[in-house]
Amino acid sequence: MVEFLSFRDGEATQEPAVTVEAFTGQSNATAVRIEPGEDARELLPFLDRLSLVEVNFPGFGDGRGYSAARILREAGYAGELRAVGDVLVDQIVAMRRCGFDSFHPAKPLDDAAVDRALNRYDDVYQKTIDGRRPIWAKRHPETING
Amino acid sequence: MYRYDSYDQSIVDARVDEFRDQVQRRLAGALTEDQFKPLRLMNGLYLQLHAYMLRVAIPYGTLSAAQMRKLGEIAAKYDKGYGHFTTRQNLQYNWIKLADAPDILAELASVEMHAIQTSGNCIRNISSDQYAGVSADEVADPRPWAELLRQWSSFHPEFTYLPRKFKICVIATEDDRAAMRLHDIGLKLVERDGVIGAEVYAGGGMGRTPMVAPLIRDFVGEDEIISYLEACLRVYNRYGRRDNKYKARIKILVHEIGVEEYKRQVEEEFAHMRTLGLNPPTEELDRIRAFFAAPAYETGLGEDIDRADPAFALWVDRQVAAHKAPGYAIVNISLKPLTGIPGDASAEQIELVAGLAEQYSLDEIRVTHAQNLVLPHVKKADLYAIWQKLDEAGLAEANLDLITDIIACPGLDYCALANARSIPLAQKIAQRFADAERQAELGELKLKISGCINACGHHHAGHIGILGVDRKGVENFQLLLGGSGAEDASLGQITGPGFSEDGVVDAIEKVTDIYLAERTDGERFLDTYRRIGMKPFKEAIYG
Repeated sequence: MVEFLSFRDGEATQEPAVTVEAFTGQSNATAVRIEPGEDARELLPFLDRLSLVEVNFPGFGDGRGYSAARILREAGYAGELRAVGDVLVDQIVAMRRCGFDSFHPAKPLDDAAVDRALNRYDDVYQKTIDGRRPIWAKRHPETING
Repeated sequence: MYRYDSYDQSIVDARVDEFRDQVQRRLAGALTEDQFKPLRLMNGLYLQLHAYMLRVAIPYGTLSAAQMRKLGEIAAKYDKGYGHFTTRQNLQYNWIKLADAPDILAELASVEMHAIQTSGNCIRNISSDQYAGVSADEVADPRPWAELLRQWSSFHPEFTYLPRKFKICVIATEDDRAAMRLHDIGLKLVERDGVIGAEVYAGGGMGRTPMVAPLIRDFVGEDEIISYLEACLRVYNRYGRRDNKYKARIKILVHEIGVEEYKRQVEEEFAHMRTLGLNPPTEELDRIRAFFAAPAYETGLGEDIDRADPAFALWVDRQVAAHKAPGYAIVNISLKPLTGIPGDASAEQIELVAGLAEQYSLDEIRVTHAQNLVLPHVKKADLYAIWQKLDEAGLAEANLDLITDIIACPGLDYCALANARSIPLAQKIAQRFADAERQAELGELKLKISGCINACGHHHAGHIGILGVDRKGVENFQLLLGGSGAEDASLGQITGPGFSEDGVVDAIEKVTDIYLAERTDGERFLDTYRRIGMKPFKEAIYG
């Protein structure tokens, strides 16, 4: 079973994450935790000094964290982006596509199930910030967006 | 028709494999029902009152004969010999065994079909006009857009756990046959300065808080539609309510923050999305469009129809619509026999329609939101032969858009959410108004029944709508008048206190009597209601 999953090179950030309110109110923290109702864009002025953003999923069905992750990556955030909470094996692929590169699920994940999930689909239909070429680009390699 | 390439097929096949794995884990006890539920729901498998129900997507309501035949085979092999066509251009099997579900999905995949995202809080099957590609007045065939959106929305990584389900519709004519403005997002293709794009409507829907979607953008070009929709969905995903599932649809967000504020937020997000290169190149829509090119219609065909047989003539007048190609017609097949279940078709009927499509309709079938079927490319010279075959199979009812062409949800006979039975009521109404002359006299009269407030039977959009409720353990039926799901979209108003099953049939009869007494030349029921208002009807019902 896996308690922590990382797709980053090197050590995971160990610094405890502070709340968005605490983070924007002080200057020295480098790790922050976003709750579902919070606006990821509040962090955009501070991306340079962040090394870890945790996005909390209190319940797997609350998908706001997917938008938060993509917004941060679209704005150029390159640090660790960690999904925490009710993170299930069935969500890992979509979370990876939205820019999450580490996972700290409340309940450990089955390694084999994670492997199966990550390798099940060869291709994707949408372009996101994960760098994967969508199917439409593969169909039209000669075009601008291809 | 669109055909999968190896990419599309590979995704659908992988889904079958994934679901087979999930079902095996469930059957082996490795997953509890609680853990399994969200997984099966992402794949259209519901646990209903008596059995599992599997909902199969019929993207934008278009089927080939081979696909239709497969639906019939599945009905015969895995269900009790029939399928139910729904108001969302899906097909439901009501008697499925869990252990069979992966095999059914594999059979569907063999004809390029699936059940992906037919449930769950994600973007659902994209719906469209059943006359797409064959009506003379359309701006462009809306189905290439719908297919583009089908692919974009399949396993969308950001929008799979939305606040609530999300329904998108694409049409391309002034006549709205798909209830476009009652969708979470409705697109209406338009041409501006020689360029095709879409008017975008957002925040429509039925359920317990019905809304007609307002226009939120006058024009989005085809090369930007994906990034614009990403903006619409992102604003909804971030700010749609999640504290109460009954207030979680986008219509509530648009209503609570206001159309202007929603538009402003979407435009802001759109400005950002535009910078990300999210849109497929024009070549991709062109590639899809090529699949929907007009078929090779025969030329020099006659326009004459031999109307010697009066029953046939009646059917032609009611069920056949104008086609854009000379010598051709659009055939509507009623799934509303007077004693049947609205939208149900037996395996044999499904097979028959598949055969007719092969022989007479250039291999194509359409499914309508009113739970009927369409043969879109029929030579006028073949109409009589088709009618005879339909008649033998019990499919030649001539009631399109008449009072017995009832939309009804499955209701308490099947559905775990329902408060009341829709099907027996639909049958009682159909029997009360069975007389063909009487139906014809009443003219266009769209009657829609929902067995609970979730409004799957579109009661808000019925010229006459009926909502089944539970009143202290007894089924009770509220009556609504004046709704429309067409281009003149409006929401029905409740007449007053509800009725028993028989009482509501009597009330409908009184309502139609008022219409017949009050109408002026050429007025439909809906027109008369709009002109004279609720009062005379109310007096007749309760007075």
